[in-house]
Amino acid sequence: MKVSLFITCLADVFYPEVGRATVELLERLGCEVDFPVAQTCCGQPAFNSGFHREAKKAARHMIETFAHADYVVAPSGSCTAMLKEYVHLFSEEDEREWQEKARALAEKGYELTQFLVEILRVEDVDATLPVKATYHRSCHMTRLLGVKDAPMKLLSNVKGLSLTELPCAHDCCGFGGTFSVKMAPISQQMADEKVSHIKETNAEVLIGADCGCLMHLDGRIRRQGKPIRVMHIAQVLQSGLEQEGR
Amino acid sequence: MGMQFGDVVFYRRVDKGIRDQFMRNAVRAAQERMRTSRLRAAEELGDWEEWRQLGEEIRRHTLEHLDFYLKQLSDRVHELGGHVFFAQTAEEATAYIRDVVQKRDAHRIVKSKSMVTEEIGLNTALEAIGCRVVETDLGEYILQVDDNDPPSHIVGPSIHKDRERIRQVFAEKLGYTGSAAPEEMTAFVRQQLRPDFLTAEVGITGCNFAVAESGTVCLVTNEGNGRLVTSLPPVHIAVMGMERIVPTWEELEVMVGLLCRSAVGQKLTSYINCLTGPRAAGEVDGPEEFHLVIIDNGRSDILGTEFQSVLQCIRCGACLNVCPVYRHIGGQAYGSIYSGPIGAVLSPLLGDEELYRELPYASSLCAACTEACPVKIPLHELLIQHRQKTAEKERQSPLGERLAMKAFGMVFESPRLYRWGTKLARTALRPWEEDGVIRQGPGPLQPWTSIRDLPSPKRETFREWFENRRKRGEQP
Repeated sequence: MKVSLFITCLADVFYPEVGRATVELLERLGCEVDFPVAQTCCGQPAFNSGFHREAKKAARHMIETFAHADYVVAPSGSCTAMLKEYVHLFSEEDEREWQEKARALAEKGYELTQFLVEILRVEDVDATLPVKATYHRSCHMTRLLGVKDAPMKLLSNVKGLSLTELPCAHDCCGFGGTFSVKMAPISQQMADEKVSHIKETNAEVLIGADCGCLMHLDGRIRRQGKPIRVMHIAQVLQSGLEQEGR
Repeated sequence: MGMQFGDVVFYRRVDKGIRDQFMRNAVRAAQERMRTSRLRAAEELGDWEEWRQLGEEIRRHTLEHLDFYLKQLSDRVHELGGHVFFAQTAEEATAYIRDVVQKRDAHRIVKSKSMVTEEIGLNTALEAIGCRVVETDLGEYILQVDDNDPPSHIVGPSIHKDRERIRQVFAEKLGYTGSAAPEEMTAFVRQQLRPDFLTAEVGITGCNFAVAESGTVCLVTNEGNGRLVTSLPPVHIAVMGMERIVPTWEELEVMVGLLCRSAVGQKLTSYINCLTGPRAAGEVDGPEEFHLVIIDNGRSDILGTEFQSVLQCIRCGACLNVCPVYRHIGGQAYGSIYSGPIGAVLSPLLGDEELYRELPYASSLCAACTEACPVKIPLHELLIQHRQKTAEKERQSPLGERLAMKAFGMVFESPRLYRWGTKLARTALRPWEEDGVIRQGPGPLQPWTSIRDLPSPKRETFREWFENRRKRGEQP
């Protein structure tokens, strides 16, 4: 199966290891991985700030970049949800053509764990990670994209992983893209509450499926000097198998 | 008081909220309680999503035919012997109500269940003509006694106070000597209010829903005071926002069920009072005179716009009970009687747009509000709509952000610029790097690094790794 990767700008620049794990994982599961180099960003920062003209530029570019793909897979629930938002972004009468193209992209867009469970029909990827961990369910992935169970199914089959449920898991971590800098004092309070819940679980590792939330929480955890490691779910699912994958 | 209150600078109100640890604990506890009971009540009902769907359809249908239902409602009330007044503005509404009060030479007024009278600043207008206006809902009463402290929640206006603080307020202002036990304090308030109910010349209420086909005003309360306000004084004035209509009793049943479950997690409340016209011949209770004041005050400007769905709101407060931003800053930080996510959408539409321009940004767009709304208002999407409006009025958007977004548009359209930008960022940030992170970033990074570390851009981006790997022939 041929898979076109959308690595997201945060993963590209700050967390290339998340992209690497995604590639290795998909290849190990028998996928042929394609990375369209023209890709940039999904346009979410502009869209959520109300700059829809700029968001459309990014959207058109992404639609064209992935026009050839069978499946578009991203290690991010939030950016995948944005790909699906393009359909609504092109809502004017004279944008029918773009709306159709956007619909085509939306139909083949998948978040990584969603793709593994729904399309590849894999729930056990034979990973091993003997740590005590907790999982942060990001809002856009669960509420906007509607992916709730896939990460849990996959994590429950990781050998040695002891997963404790995060208290108040339904609450936002306070990242929210530009919100994190525009409303920094509120964002900080939200992060601190989330970190205190993470601490309650005694987890050594915090797992998440969105680099945005993870960057925000990791940044706050480091600033507070807490001994909690942050990992993207792609890295967890590739744990213990890095050698095979290379 | 009117719709607006507090310091005009939003960030100062936020700071005040964040520093008020007492308020935050009270709000957190209340949120958790209400959220849990709402979910339990929804589960008990079963098919919650279908009920929400139905609720949304009813509200949407009513709004799309609002002119028809308003006429039907008004005709029915007239037929029953009541008076109807359509007020375009807050001033028109208060002037009419003042007039009714003055014609009766009334000075003692009891009130219940009304946000819209807050919105139009009715108490101030009535006090200016020498009336004594007593709020009889317990939460509103506490606020009124506490020197008109502003409300902080749509359903529980004094949610920011706990029982001990309420005891203090009663002790200071009313000479209360009892304990902080809720039973004892409510018994005390009951004694305080009884003479007001018995001597009031006019009773003023809001209206949860008006039934168009029968000309009925429906009040949903838990305290029973609504029943006294509407039946003891000789005059009853009901004040409603023009959108608070349901076509028939059948839809009323659905909406009341959704309201009670979403607001407080109850199947139904203790009292659902349905009032149809003034006292008729042979009836034992009800007012001699009934007025229905239907308020526009900016609502018809929302009809037919991208914000129309906000008028579906039934004021249940469910969105506040799940909002993490609301939890940390409190309702008073919104500076409007409509707080939380619904307030952030509604206040700039009904109130001074400039004064409330930050509210739509006070959201992480986590969509918990949209998920909780029983009538499916896409609240987080409407917040983005507000931001879009602001962005389009270029003069209003901060220059820095505007330029950043322009650059964003250029960079993300061009893979070459994007690649160059990421390389530049990596090199430029090197001096600030320390153990793989940036602790105190320069310029635009400051708001991020003021509270958290930023990972430094990696030596090899993903795309470089991918290309190098291909060159090395490692790709299977």
